[in-house]
This record gives sequence, structure tokens and C-alpha cells, in this order.
Amino acid sequence: MAVLEIVGVTKRFGSLLANDGITLSLAEGEILALLGENGAGKTTLMNILFGHYTADEGHINVGGETLTPGSPDAAIAAGIGMVHQHFTLADNLSVLENVILGRESLWSWRQDKARGRDHILTMARDFGLEVDPDALISELSLGERQRVEILKALYGDAQVLILDEPTAVLTPQETDSLFETLRRLVGQGRSVVIISHKLHEILSVSDRVAVLRRGAIVGTVKTHEADRDSLAELMVGRSVVRPKAEPMAPGEEVLRLDKVSLGAAKLDGIELSVRAHEIVGIAGVAGNGQADLASVISGLARPSSGRITLFGEGPVQLTPEGVVAAGVGRIPEDRNAIGVIGAMTVWENLSSEDIRRPPASRGGFLLDKPAARARAGELIEAYDVRCKGPDAETGLLSGGNIQKLILARALSREPKLILANQPVRGLDEGAIAYVHERLLAARSRGAGILLITEDLDELLALADRVAVMYRGRLTESYAVGDVTVPELGLMMAGQKLAGARHAV
Amino acid sequence: MRFEPREHVSVLAAVVAPVAGVAAALLLCSGLILWTGESVGEAYWLLLKGAFGTKFALTETLSRATPLILTGLAAAVAFRAKFWNIGAEGQLYCGALAVTWLGTGMITLHPVLMIPLLFLVGALGGGAALLVPVILKNRLKVDEVVTTLLLNFVILLLVSYLLEGPWKDPMLMGWPQAAPIIDEGVLPQLVAKTRLHLGLIVAVAAALIVWLVMTFTVWGYEIRAVGHNAAAAAFSGIKINRTIIRTALLSGGLAGMAGVTEVAGLKGYLTLDLSPGFGYAGIAVAMLAQLHPLGILASALFLSAIYVGADSMSRGVNIPTYIADVLVATSMLAVVLSVMLARFRIRFS
Repeated sequence: MAVLEIVGVTKRFGSLLANDGITLSLAEGEILALLGENGAGKTTLMNILFGHYTADEGHINVGGETLTPGSPDAAIAAGIGMVHQHFTLADNLSVLENVILGRESLWSWRQDKARGRDHILTMARDFGLEVDPDALISELSLGERQRVEILKALYGDAQVLILDEPTAVLTPQETDSLFETLRRLVGQGRSVVIISHKLHEILSVSDRVAVLRRGAIVGTVKTHEADRDSLAELMVGRSVVRPKAEPMAPGEEVLRLDKVSLGAAKLDGIELSVRAHEIVGIAGVAGNGQADLASVISGLARPSSGRITLFGEGPVQLTPEGVVAAGVGRIPEDRNAIGVIGAMTVWENLSSEDIRRPPASRGGFLLDKPAARARAGELIEAYDVRCKGPDAETGLLSGGNIQKLILARALSREPKLILANQPVRGLDEGAIAYVHERLLAARSRGAGILLITEDLDELLALADRVAVMYRGRLTESYAVGDVTVPELGLMMAGQKLAGARHAV
Repeated sequence: MRFEPREHVSVLAAVVAPVAGVAAALLLCSGLILWTGESVGEAYWLLLKGAFGTKFALTETLSRATPLILTGLAAAVAFRAKFWNIGAEGQLYCGALAVTWLGTGMITLHPVLMIPLLFLVGALGGGAALLVPVILKNRLKVDEVVTTLLLNFVILLLVSYLLEGPWKDPMLMGWPQAAPIIDEGVLPQLVAKTRLHLGLIVAVAAALIVWLVMTFTVWGYEIRAVGHNAAAAAFSGIKINRTIIRTALLSGGLAGMAGVTEVAGLKGYLTLDLSPGFGYAGIAVAMLAQLHPLGILASALFLSAIYVGADSMSRGVNIPTYIADVLVATSMLAVVLSVMLARFRIRFS
């Protein structure tokens, strides 16, 4: 029987139809995967379900009763628990405090921590969510934080658990453990909705898949009857093939790091070499120093020791304007926070790295707006940035188009070294294929590429060599054919390759 | 109820919104006027007449707007870079100190040289007042709101010390007042027998120049980039600290110039009551103008008209001059609201 029914839900944002008459039901003890590209309407639908948004049309039934729209409290009371993509935990509170936050009466004199702790320990044991109730959130790994999020959602005795892109921050092993937890939950009669765009995960964990495209359900299939290609085609609406790197002989070394360290232990003795015609992939769980490595190479952070050689010249001090001028193209990890300035126009963002040089300005002082706009127009065309023109406000562009803008800025000057940090995070399949094609074209042209990514599929498809970061250290690099995904996973959890070989 | 950003805000809407906000504020304040038992129409008519009705009123309003334009620009330039300079009042006095130091007989030049020189040292004085806050911010991340605000009092006490002590004009039998600016340094009157002086032209020119710099130069681009997103600006190679120092010097310099217009233009000498809070009022001017340099010309004139007009109105009808403060405060709130309504659409669900 259906524990949850979504009936004819429609939601518009201005002229955008985010959800278009969606009807969907969730059976007791079922894991339903909601698959769709970014912007397909998955998160909107779940936000309606959880009461963050109110549907324009349609309604939601939980256990046979219609849910009060627009009220998270009502959703929680009806037994819906939500684990958001971006964690909503207070770093300076303990696990226990985070879990019971908001669940206690405002009018009681004291918190009943003992009861909360018992409840958490019971749930942790039942569902394989091991975590110390008294640890501070700031001390936990991302995988542990997610367990806390799940405990928090389950604490109100949720019968339906919704997880929004839960594996984005997990190692392959942590992902397996999460899926084990989900199976135990449904084994006890609860139901789970998992939102994802990672096909192999959906295939491995779900019972049924509902595919969303442009706000509408385009198909619902039983997972055991589906395969990767059919789901991908359903999701994108056409078949999209991600490009794969062809073998290529590497050229001269473009970047070399010798014993580069940063801060106390942010980076610890990094040894790294990137050659022309070569893509070096750096794998690792988020927060193990990849961001610091990227900062050093972007010129934002100055290493505390070590030697950097860029294009055969060294040692060099890297600064943002220095590396850009030397011929480094940079694709930053967080495109909205440091990639572009959302409140400024497309042409201003396309010119930001060479604002003091023609064509953006004359004499390094007077802006040459007509010339800058004209060049922006060419780049918009060449890189297929979908926007109203050079004067469009950048913040209004979609994530994929902002990334194309950044690619245009970084690649149009034909850089000899490219730093690509999570270049396809949050992009849809079409945009991912586009970014990968551009990177591979740059490699063929002779650029060396340092690719930092948490997506192992991406790494294995593009990289010639891979190395793994763990707690500020970088392993030696391995030719991509010499390591397997499970080995990479164990190295991401801190094991040496020899040990990883043994364990696998 | 939710707010949805509008994809396109027309120039017309951007101009009409603040005007509509001011109109709404006048409407709201008419409630207070009714409360006093006076006629709303008569009160506002007297206010308008008091601000613009006669040659004297008009020149008074314009001469009062002069320092407000400059302090408004000072705030706007700094706020564009999200450098929260609350110290324009102190910087104004630093400009006044610099002008008094140089202009009371230290050197004597032809007015064509003397007056620009006075504006230059005044601007340098105002900029210098921001050096310590900006260095503390760049080096130690000390919040500039605190340092610039508190420096106002430090500077005012310094002025007080100088006027009571070494700089006291010996000819004045004990008034805490500095020696007058020499004739070559006094800003000429624009209209004979009024207090309107050359400072107005300088202030309007400053607004034009600031607008040109902000819109058409790399400096303006960098100031805007740092203000909107400093992390992204740093990533693309803009030197954040250098940009903030440049912004601070520009901002302090503009406020210092307001000190010059008051000492060398309006009063002729430095006193402790040189500014009735022009530095703080500049923040209101800048906010009303949405930080736009040309909009500041209008908002400075508006503020000045309200204050000058309210003085005159209170003599005609039984309404205290404090209505001016209420009008200005209500206008600020109403303009913030109306500008938001121009940018967002409200949806009721």
C-alpha cells in the first residue's frame, strides 16, 4: 500500500514550470529513486513534499490523509524526514544537541538529554549509523555528518526518509555503508526516496526509478528491468556519450611541485608533476587538502615551504595575476563563490582576469566597453553560453552556463596548464560531456591538465595518471589502468596502495 | 508570501522607485502633522517655500547640500567596495584641520593656485584619517565600522584641543575658534550677498568625476568587483588590499573636501560646530541614492531641502523642526522598501 502519494503537483516559478502535474506514489518498504538532471525539478518536488514550498496545484497524501501544504512541521508530524544536500547542522553543537534541536518543548525547563542519547544509540545500532552522540559536529567527517543528518531525520520517528543527493560527499565505501543503512530501514517497513543523478548508485540501491525531465515524470521503471543506458537516455531525452581520453604521448613538464607544504598540515610535502598532453587526476574525499592544493596553484595561497616550477622556470612565487599571465587557465571548485561575480554582467566576468589589458581596457586604466562586449559576444558564441547577451547579469545564468562562461575565460587564451577543480560538479549530462570535450581538446592542443575531482567516473574517463589526497598528503601517481575503483576508494580512506591491494 | 527577483529592472523603474519612496514618506509623515493640529498642505507648502521659495532659501539649500554631496560620495564610494566607512564626520574635520593648518597664513598664493591647493590638502587630510582603519583592516582584519566610528570622537577631541589650545585665534578673546582663512584661500561667492560659494561647483564636479571613475575605469571596476564578491575578485587577480586602500583614500578624500568647503567656503574659520553631522548624514544621502554618484546630487539636495525647509516651516506653523529628522528617516525606510519592490515581485500563495 502507498505510504505517500503525490497527486498532480504543479509548481511554477515565474515563467519556469518547475513541476508539471507530477503524480507518484511510494509503497511501504520501498526505495524509490528520483532521477533527473539538474534543474529537472527533483529538489523542487521534495521541497513541496517537505513543506518548504507550496504547490500551485495538486496535493500530497501521507498514510491516506492530505498533508497541510507549506508546513514543514506538518510534514514532520506526518512522519516525513528529510536529509538535505547541504547539511543543516550546527558545527559548534554536539551530535546529541543537533539531533534533539527543535524537537523539544519550548516550555520545559531542561533538556532530556539522557532520553535523547538512548534513542540515538538505539537507532544507531538498529540502522548501522555509528556515531558518538557527544562528539562536536566540527570534529566529524562528512560521512559521519551525514549519519547525524539521517539520525536527526529519523529521530521524529519518520516513516518516509527523503535523501537529496546523499552520496555527493562520500567515498565509495561510505556510499556502500549508507546504502546498507537504507536497506535496513526499508527492511523495517520504512520507505525511502533517494534523489540522485548518479546512475550506477541508483541501479544498485533502488527498487524503482522515477525519471524527471523538465519538471515532468517521463517514465517510471522497476530497477531490475532498467540499465544504465536506458536510464541515461530517459533522463537526458537523447543519448549522450561522455568522451573518453585517447592515449597520447606526454610532452614537456609544465608544472612541478617539490615538497610543497602549506600551514600546519593543510598540505604536507606535496610532490606532483604535470606534463603537456597529459591529464593528471587527483582523487580524494572532499576536505583532504584538494582545495588548498588548488589555492596554491591558483596563486591564492602562498606555500609555507617547498619549490614550485612552472613551465620550466622555478622556483616561482605564484599569484593569481602571475599565473594567468604565465598561461595557466583555472576552473575553480565553487563557480558561484569564487568563479564569477554574480551581481556583475557576463562581459565583466569574461574580462575579469585581464581587465588591465586590451581589449578590456586601454592603457591599463580606461575600460574599453565596446571592445570587451564584442569579445564577450564572440566567447558567448564559441562556448555556447546561453544568456541574453554580454550585458546579462551573470547570477541569473544556470550552473551549466556559468561553467561555460568560466571555461570560455580560462580556455580562450589557450593556456599551457589548466587547473580544473571539480569542473563538472552539479552539471547535467549534456554539460558534463561538453566540459570534458573541451578539456580533452585542450589536452590534444598541448595543455597539461591537473584535474581535481571527487567523481571517480570522471577521473577514470579523462585522466592519464591518478594520485589520491588524504589529510594533506598526496600519494605517488599511478597510470590510470594500474588501479581499480575499490583500490582508489581504500586509498581515499587513507590506506597505502600496497595495503589497499591486500585488502581488495 | 514570497519574493521573486525580476529578471529585468528598467532604468525608469530604478529612478521612479526612490522618488515614489520619498512620496510615500511624505504621505506617512502627514499623519504626524495632522496630529499637531496643523494643515498638512500648509506645512508642506511652507517647507517647500522655505527650501526653494526665495533666492535666499534656494542658496541656503544649495550651500547646505554642498558638504552633503561630498560626504554622500564618500560613503557611496566606500560602500560600493563594502568598506563600511562610518567615519566621514571625522574625515571632514581632518580635512578642515589640514585646510586651517595651511590656509591661515602658512603660505600665500594667488587664489587660482591657493584654492586647488586647499582642496588637495583637505582631501589628503581626510584620506589620512582612514589610513589607520584601513591598515588595521587589511593586516589584522579589524572591523572598520568600529575603528572609523570611534575615530570620529578621537578626531573631534583633537580639534577641540587645538581650538582651545595652540590654534586658538588670539584676536577673539577666548572663543574656541581658529584664525580665519586668508583672503586668497576663501572660496568666492557664486551669488552675491548669499552664502552660496564655489564649493557647490566643486562638489557637483566631484560627483561627475566619481561617476566617470566608477563606470569607465579599471579602478571603478575593481571597486565594484571587490564589493560584490571579494573572493572572486581575488581569484581573478584583483589585488584586494590595494583596492581597499585606494577606495578608502578616495572616500576619506571626498569627506575631507567637505571640510574644505565648510571652512574655506561657508564659515571662513574652523570651529567645533563646523559640521552638524554632515558625515553621518552622508550615509543617508548615499543610501537614498542607492550609492549612485549622480543620484547623490538629488538625494543631497533632498536632505538639505528638508532640513532648511523644516527650519522655515517651524517658524510659520506650530511644528517642531524635528519633523525633518522624522521625514529623512521615514524616507530612508520607504526608499529601501520601494527599491526592493522594484527589484522583486511579491507572490501571495
